[in-house]
Amino acid sequence: MRERRNLFSNIDVTLVVLYLVMVLLGWVNIYAAVYDEDHRSIIDISQSYGKQMIFIVSSLFIALVILLTDARFFSTFAYAIYGLTIFLLLVVLAVGSEVSGSKSWFHIGSFGFQPAEFAKFATALALARFFSAQHINFKDFRTRFLPLVLMGLPAALILLQNDTGSALVYSSFILVLYRMGLSGNYLLAGALVVVIALSTLMVGPIYVVVLITLMAGILFFFIKRNRRNIINLIAILLLGIGFTYSVEYAVENVLGEHQKTRINVLLGKEMDLKGAGYNVNQSKIAIGSGGFAGKGFLNGTQTKYNFVPEQSTDFIFCTVGEEWGFLGSLVVISLFISLLIRIILLAERQRSDFSKVYGYGVAGIIFFHFMINIGMTIGLVPVIGIPLPFFSYGGSSLWAFTILLFIFIKQDANRNALL
Amino acid sequence: MANRTLASRRQTVIAIFLVIGFIYLVRLFYIQVVDKSYTLSANNNVLRYVTQYPARGLIYDRHGTLLVYNEAVYDLMVLPKQVKDIDTVEFCRLLEITPEGFAERMEKAVTYSRYKPSLFEKQISKETYGYLEEKMYRFPGFFVQPRTIRFYPKPIGAHLFGYVGEVTQGMIDKNPYYKSGDYIGISGIEKSYEEVLRGIKGMKIKMVDVHNREVGSFQEGRFDSAAIMGEDLYLSIDAELQEYGEQLMKGKMGSVVAIEPSTGEILAFLSSPSYDPNLLVGRVRSKNYRMLSEDAVKPLLNRAMAGTYPPGSTFKMVNDLVGLQEGLLDLHTRYSCQGKTSSPIRCTHTHQSPLGVLTAIEQSCNPFHWQVFRTIITSGGHGGIRNNYVAWRNHVMSLGFGQKLGTDLQFELSGNIPSAEKFDGIYGKGHWNALTIRSLSIGQGEILVTPLQLANSAAVMANRGYYIVPHVVKGIGEKHRKPANFKKMVSTIDKEHFEIIVDGMRQVATMGTARWFQIDSVTMCGKTGTAENPHGDDHSLFMAFAPADNPKIAIAVIVENAGFGSTTALPIASLLIEKYIKRKVLRKDVEEDMLNKKLY
Repeated sequence: MRERRNLFSNIDVTLVVLYLVMVLLGWVNIYAAVYDEDHRSIIDISQSYGKQMIFIVSSLFIALVILLTDARFFSTFAYAIYGLTIFLLLVVLAVGSEVSGSKSWFHIGSFGFQPAEFAKFATALALARFFSAQHINFKDFRTRFLPLVLMGLPAALILLQNDTGSALVYSSFILVLYRMGLSGNYLLAGALVVVIALSTLMVGPIYVVVLITLMAGILFFFIKRNRRNIINLIAILLLGIGFTYSVEYAVENVLGEHQKTRINVLLGKEMDLKGAGYNVNQSKIAIGSGGFAGKGFLNGTQTKYNFVPEQSTDFIFCTVGEEWGFLGSLVVISLFISLLIRIILLAERQRSDFSKVYGYGVAGIIFFHFMINIGMTIGLVPVIGIPLPFFSYGGSSLWAFTILLFIFIKQDANRNALL
Repeated sequence: MANRTLASRRQTVIAIFLVIGFIYLVRLFYIQVVDKSYTLSANNNVLRYVTQYPARGLIYDRHGTLLVYNEAVYDLMVLPKQVKDIDTVEFCRLLEITPEGFAERMEKAVTYSRYKPSLFEKQISKETYGYLEEKMYRFPGFFVQPRTIRFYPKPIGAHLFGYVGEVTQGMIDKNPYYKSGDYIGISGIEKSYEEVLRGIKGMKIKMVDVHNREVGSFQEGRFDSAAIMGEDLYLSIDAELQEYGEQLMKGKMGSVVAIEPSTGEILAFLSSPSYDPNLLVGRVRSKNYRMLSEDAVKPLLNRAMAGTYPPGSTFKMVNDLVGLQEGLLDLHTRYSCQGKTSSPIRCTHTHQSPLGVLTAIEQSCNPFHWQVFRTIITSGGHGGIRNNYVAWRNHVMSLGFGQKLGTDLQFELSGNIPSAEKFDGIYGKGHWNALTIRSLSIGQGEILVTPLQLANSAAVMANRGYYIVPHVVKGIGEKHRKPANFKKMVSTIDKEHFEIIVDGMRQVATMGTARWFQIDSVTMCGKTGTAENPHGDDHSLFMAFAPADNPKIAIAVIVENAGFGSTTALPIASLLIEKYIKRKVLRKDVEEDMLNKKLY
């Protein structure tokens, strides 16, 4: 009984406030993005801003339910929840309906429901359960292999739904693995892979190979020249060269024309302002035209007049950039970074491994969405259709992020309970 | 130990967040604050500059009757950059054009500019516009621009008003005011008063959405400018007289020009055959223009100013005036006439002999006027035949012949009063004399006049010695502002000499060749002419003014290949004078004769 009385006083107010501010800002910007003279009321439920209000209210209700639920429920039923979402992902493949090329929706009446959104927190729960229940040793095959299965299964199913963006989100769990002891070399290797891939596409494989060889040559003088190191160096060099040419080969022969164009547009090698480059170009124009202080609330022209596609969902950041300018962008980015850092700091103070791992999972997922979504609107990453957490219009996405975050808040509120 | 080491990994994670956040903020700062090109692109996306075309000024006659006004049409414009994914087949069907025509127009527009709107199809009808407007959202890149075209409630005054057309590249190069697609007066009043009529173009800045639908004006229209309609013109033309003249001239080739002598204001100005000015308007213009220009009777030719004719006998008084002024002729001078046996020029009339100047004018005696001319050239006091001819020519030209009068209309010919040099060239210097150029004495030979000049010479007679440069515009704009100052041109011949000639012209109308067409209670002074014409039958001419003592109207009528001046040109002129002075025509028999007369 004492525990229950302290329930709300243990809640991290910072996270809740950040959450509420972001959700409200998102609502206001959805209103501005699709504002319609004939439907001026922000609570007009025939419009997406009115519907978003319903989503917000229901999200708050879901948050309350989570806060009232016993914290142990989530660790106990982590695998069950995970199993249920996997089941739903399978069902949606069979009977789901297609929305813009992705077969990932259940439609019940006029409301759509996307299981992929919920699979994220379910996977985070499962990973947390996995790492809390076992003795972790990354030299052990099971420790390395099982998390990959937990992450890979939903990702693969979502990939089968033809929703590449949502599938890529699962790569964000690498943060969890890293925190739990995966060698930092994997992060480095990952970064290196991205750099090599991008530079190969931009300047061609020959320059990259020359550069890698040169760097290997320089490294050769700095390392201890024993047999093992030399072999490793040569192996890495050969791998790098091989990877460079496989990127080249993949782009030329494996990728479809459509993906190839997207990549080329992103790299600035191709100007295709009507096709693949249209979204990004219009999105940059909208954000860029905001200037320092923005055009003012409801004065954005690019988003409101539909020059920017998906302006209330994936490209909601355009409205922020256009109407609130650099100042607005600064606020939104600061909010996200604050939220992420706060989650990491809270995760670190958890006594239970479950809560800690789960916290990292939450941070990873939100960070990945943030990085990809805003990155694509300003032309730094390819267009991958995933929503901006708490801002983008949509019930499934808002509910999923609310559940994701509030399970963590609940775990954190419960951190002093006996394990 | 291991756990504490791993705990420090949070710093790496937080660092990654901060680095990404920082990179994004730098990028945002760059595209939002540093690089201004995005603002420009945003404006190009949403702003459409729509030229507001002013309606041209209206045109009224001297009594305030509306003669020319405007009707709304719609130009279909295209902005090639925004055209994408349209249903070309349906679009072509709506516009009633072929797919090839679509491709052709599109190519033309793209050649002009991908980013600026250009004309796709001009002046689409209200009905087509109606259909199109509903479906416009399906054809991004296209929009309509309202325009006005001329409309003429009465099908008269084609040569007077001229017509309006689209500017050519040459005109644009010459005058930067004009932009592709603008309209400009090509001929007639539309051309000479272009700067008054055209008005001032305006500009509207509109915002459009991605589907090219208009969503409002930019900043509540703060930067918009309205088009200002052109100024109205008030003509000196009497619409009723003009219309009556055109009816009378139907089926005849020729011209009528009537002038108010005291002011130089042109009352009627027509060339026949004419055409309905509504034919040269809008989309049908080029087709009709081709048709009219291929017509053998040349309806496009403005005979009133660009047609030149030998004046024939209407020129005889001019010789008399020079003789009087030079002191070589007076009321007592008598010359003999041997009628048909006269030499070198025979007489075509039967009358007394010898005869004085009044009777000679009344009876249009050729031998008398030849002898006056011979005396001027041979016995003049300027030192030799050639100099006497030069003096004669100067007098003649002071009456407005042989030069452009400088009216406010376009494309005027100067006619011809041959210079001494010209005769030197033909016959050799010193090898020509009065006899050589005797045809001039009766208004034949090299002499050519325009109907306008002939009417103007009637005004000189009416004014007894001067004319005001003839013009068609009385007032401009609301305040009836005076157009350019039309000069008073005084002839070299004294007023008293005109009184004699006017008496002769009065006798023509009362006793002479025009006695059958007198107008009740109005004294007309006139002169018929039957001009020999190397191309066919004689031209019928008549010039006159009335009333004799307080002239209100001076007129010239020329009917090609109609024979005697007294049979066609004279009755038409007398009907017009009656119409103008009495406002209605009582001589219905004469009227009917003339209306029914068809000469081609």
